[in-house]
Amino acid sequence: MSTSTQQSSAGPDTSASSPNPLGGHEKQAPWVPWAVFGAAAVLALGIGLLTSWNIVLFVIYTVVLGTLGTYVLSRVTEGPRKAVDRLVTCLVISAFGIAMVPLVSLVYEVVRRGAERFDGEFFTASLQGIIGPGGGAYHALMGTLIITLLTTLISVPIGLMTAIYLVEYGSGRLKRSITFLVDVMTGIPSIVAGLFAYALFVLIFGPGVRLGIMGAVALSVLMIPVIVRSAEEVLKLVPNELREAAYALGVPKWRTILKVVIPTAIAGLATGVTLAIARVIGETAPLLITVGITNALNFNPFDGRMATLPVYAYYQLTQPGVPPENAIDRAWTAALVLIMLVMGLNVVARLISRLFAPKTSR
Amino acid sequence: MAKRIDVSDLDIYYGNFKAVEGVNLSIEPRSITALIGPSGCGKSTFLRSLNRMHEVIPGARVEGKVVIEGQDLYGSDVDPVDVRRQIGMVFQRPNPFPTMSIYDNVAAGLRLNAKKTSKSDMDGLVERSLKGANLWNEVKDRLNRPGSGLSGGQQQRLCIARAIAVQPEVLLMDEPCSALDPISTLAVEDLMMELKEQFTIVIVTHNMQQAARVSETTGFFNLNGVGQPGRLIEYNPTEKIFSNPDEKATEDYISGRFG
Repeated sequence: MSTSTQQSSAGPDTSASSPNPLGGHEKQAPWVPWAVFGAAAVLALGIGLLTSWNIVLFVIYTVVLGTLGTYVLSRVTEGPRKAVDRLVTCLVISAFGIAMVPLVSLVYEVVRRGAERFDGEFFTASLQGIIGPGGGAYHALMGTLIITLLTTLISVPIGLMTAIYLVEYGSGRLKRSITFLVDVMTGIPSIVAGLFAYALFVLIFGPGVRLGIMGAVALSVLMIPVIVRSAEEVLKLVPNELREAAYALGVPKWRTILKVVIPTAIAGLATGVTLAIARVIGETAPLLITVGITNALNFNPFDGRMATLPVYAYYQLTQPGVPPENAIDRAWTAALVLIMLVMGLNVVARLISRLFAPKTSR
Repeated sequence: MAKRIDVSDLDIYYGNFKAVEGVNLSIEPRSITALIGPSGCGKSTFLRSLNRMHEVIPGARVEGKVVIEGQDLYGSDVDPVDVRRQIGMVFQRPNPFPTMSIYDNVAAGLRLNAKKTSKSDMDGLVERSLKGANLWNEVKDRLNRPGSGLSGGQQQRLCIARAIAVQPEVLLMDEPCSALDPISTLAVEDLMMELKEQFTIVIVTHNMQQAARVSETTGFFNLNGVGQPGRLIEYNPTEKIFSNPDEKATEDYISGRFG
């Protein structure tokens, strides 16, 4: 039998007359904590009106007073064990709320201000010859897509093959040192990756060079370790029994990897790649150094500067021209498009992992 | 197709650890040979050394000779991949390929080896293999469904069908029934009795009744203590092992006085 002998619907007056045979305390009705928080809100409102009104202080007062009130009331009526449970519940929910504040506020603000220029022109026009209102980010959007595509083309083969080496072939010191270096690469600041790519291309083409492919190389430095790590984890999850089953059929190791291991892990691999793309698509610093910015369309990553969404937003914000409002609106819309791209990639990743997962249904 | 296996002075190592020591035996073609013994005594290790599967584990190696119809398995010019094509294996846990349908699982041995086979030949092979594994009637209407949707016993028979589809000469079975219920076990045992008409079968089992029921010859493995290598204690016709074994240790083990 449970320690709470009474359903929560019963009123407090009946509970007082029936002592719990196990020596425990009665359970609070479910509305009690809400009532406590309501009272705390009224109290906080009073404090706020007496001193100076401030929405942030009001929320903080409400949460603190409500938590304390719930704890004290529960300790008196339900006993210390239940009281600690309620206290921790309040703390966890508060922490969740605090964590959500920046996210919600950011999305709200970006959508509100980005909606201003979220129109057809933004997606069809470049900034060539634009002074003042109008103009768009077509060139930056295409630049971001081209450079991200190139980055993916460079990183996925290298990252996947590294992961396959680590899981299927590597052993001993070489494997350990590669794992260590991949971990180090994961922590490289993005600006360093940009400087690396810049230095590399300056050696070949001379100082002042700006190319789309440079940006792709810089982003690859950031993307490869992410892919290696995620692919390694996914490949490790493929049961060894499947490899052995293939070996026992007389299938060579390389065909086993190609035809059994990778198809089994394809959902996880594709998800990892998609999330790695989402990770690099919003990088600004390396592109600032390596690709620069331009107002005109440039589809050729091997010839001159290209615009990209993050760098575009950065320049629209820091060098808006006169009057500044038009450029700042464009920066917000660019930020909105970028967030939508990342969210879209995350949705794609979820769809992939659902569609490609091995089927077990009858 | 069935072939004879002669093993002489076989030592098996994992790195510096000697797992199995001094095995000498001959396995007759078209028969079932059972290997019994307590856990960790090297039965599975020995079985895996018969088709060079133990080499998958880093550091594993053997000394001694395994000869199949005059061909030395461990000769310097022998490719382990070729060995495994001749000597199939069925594992303890059923392990159909989860990304493939029932049909593709059976066809996997040929498909994965990129053997060009016409559609009708492949259909015939799949049907023959599934019939050979007594699974055809249960799955013939759902060949394109995933193999992992079958029951455990059906999955194990699917794995047997997959193994016999490549037409090996020897079939090694590593505790094939330990994850199965008695009815599925019976189905697999019946299947083994049929398969021994064509194949040489070696089976590792912890179930002594099973060894007594299906095998012609039984080998008893044991080890003297923890950290010691496993040895082949006795290798005799099954009838003799279970009624009047030569060695005291065999009798103790079979009558349940230890282990």
